[in-house]
Amino acid sequence: MLLTNIFRFVVILLLQVLVFSNVGISGSIYPAFYVYFILLLPFETAGWLLLFSAFAMGLSVDMFTNSLGINAAAAVFTAFVRPAAIRILRSAREYEPGITPGIKDLGFRWFFLYATILITVHHTALFLVEAFTFDDFLQTLRRILASSAVTLGVALIAQLLFIKQDKK
Amino acid sequence: MQNLIVFLWRHNFLFIFLLLEALSLLLVVNNNYYQRRVMINTTNDITGTILSSVDEITAYIALKNANQILSEENARLSNRLPSAFMRTDTAQFFVGDSLFRQQYQYVSATVISNSVNRRNNYMKINKGRRHGLRPDMAVLAPNGVAGQIIEVSQNFSSVMSMLNSNTRINAKLKNSNQTGSLSWPGHNYRLGKLVDIPSHVSIHLGDTVVTSGYSHIFPEGQMLGTVQEFSPAPGDNFWEVKIRFSVDYNSLQYVYVVKNLMRDELLQLEKKQVTQ
Repeated sequence: MLLTNIFRFVVILLLQVLVFSNVGISGSIYPAFYVYFILLLPFETAGWLLLFSAFAMGLSVDMFTNSLGINAAAAVFTAFVRPAAIRILRSAREYEPGITPGIKDLGFRWFFLYATILITVHHTALFLVEAFTFDDFLQTLRRILASSAVTLGVALIAQLLFIKQDKK
Repeated sequence: MQNLIVFLWRHNFLFIFLLLEALSLLLVVNNNYYQRRVMINTTNDITGTILSSVDEITAYIALKNANQILSEENARLSNRLPSAFMRTDTAQFFVGDSLFRQQYQYVSATVISNSVNRRNNYMKINKGRRHGLRPDMAVLAPNGVAGQIIEVSQNFSSVMSMLNSNTRINAKLKNSNQTGSLSWPGHNYRLGKLVDIPSHVSIHLGDTVVTSGYSHIFPEGQMLGTVQEFSPAPGDNFWEVKIRFSVDYNSLQYVYVVKNLMRDELLQLEKKQVTQ
């Protein structure tokens, strides 16, 4: 379990800095796909570990993009919100040990809501910290919504791809 | 004391969150020159190596396009060569003195990472202190201004792009020589904003905007863009001019770093002016 998550950390970090950080759809969209790593951490992850791994992920992305602290701040905030989001989203199955947060165990509807909440929270924090002002909030809001939508799309595609693989 | 520890332990999730968040925000706020000097110099060489190997692949794919840009650039540069020299107009000549003395020296470099979709965009280029680069040197693209160096490590440099809220370039209208300040308002990576042009000056759509050369960083007369739209700034005697950048910052690959060989002399002169 630990090895899987370390492997996932590296793969998602590289995907983010080599692919998604360079995707310039219409100039203002910045898909912060690395939040997917925080989404997929197991339910039984201890609170402190959750926060520290999010911090490590955000800071690593920052190192590559010359934006020291911005991604780290957003990632830590997302990790902080995650337990509350999980508590709000009741599911048909209990969150018993061995179950992972994903479409495979908890169904499409649950994951869609879960990902929407956390990805939106993450992008909101990210773009507000980046802009560091509430001036021109409409522009920031546009960036938040557009970038969240792209990230959500990629996260769902990633989920569906891996379900297919498991069935084979 | 024991109660305090129990309290902290029970709410450790909240306190670790506050601690890490405060740390992150501290990094953001101090993410100015000092903090960058501490952090990025150590990381530049690590992340730079990874990024430059990826860049080799993308450079190969873009090779055809790059060749074309380079040949255009060569043609343009050979036309402009005299502009890199300054005439030494002194009546006394001694042995070894020459008519022209070089003021600007160009070093070519490759962009290994770049962005256009943030509010504050930076680039990394594959030349550093070993190649004589220093902070505050100008970075030019084949057809305009790319930015200026803010940090150097042994083999790489961080460049503050034109597309950055901290970038201010002293610019002038080519035909009227009126100077103003060019910045990037952030909506669109093709459009910049020129302010401080007095409203009695007549501007035309399509007018060329070039660097003024007053800052000792950029050589005079470097292309910045063309006037796309202009309107009087509200309640002010100045124009607010929208500039279309000549450079497509999304496809930057090859750049030139400009060393001003007389910058120290100019700065010293200015320092004397202030102290008097």
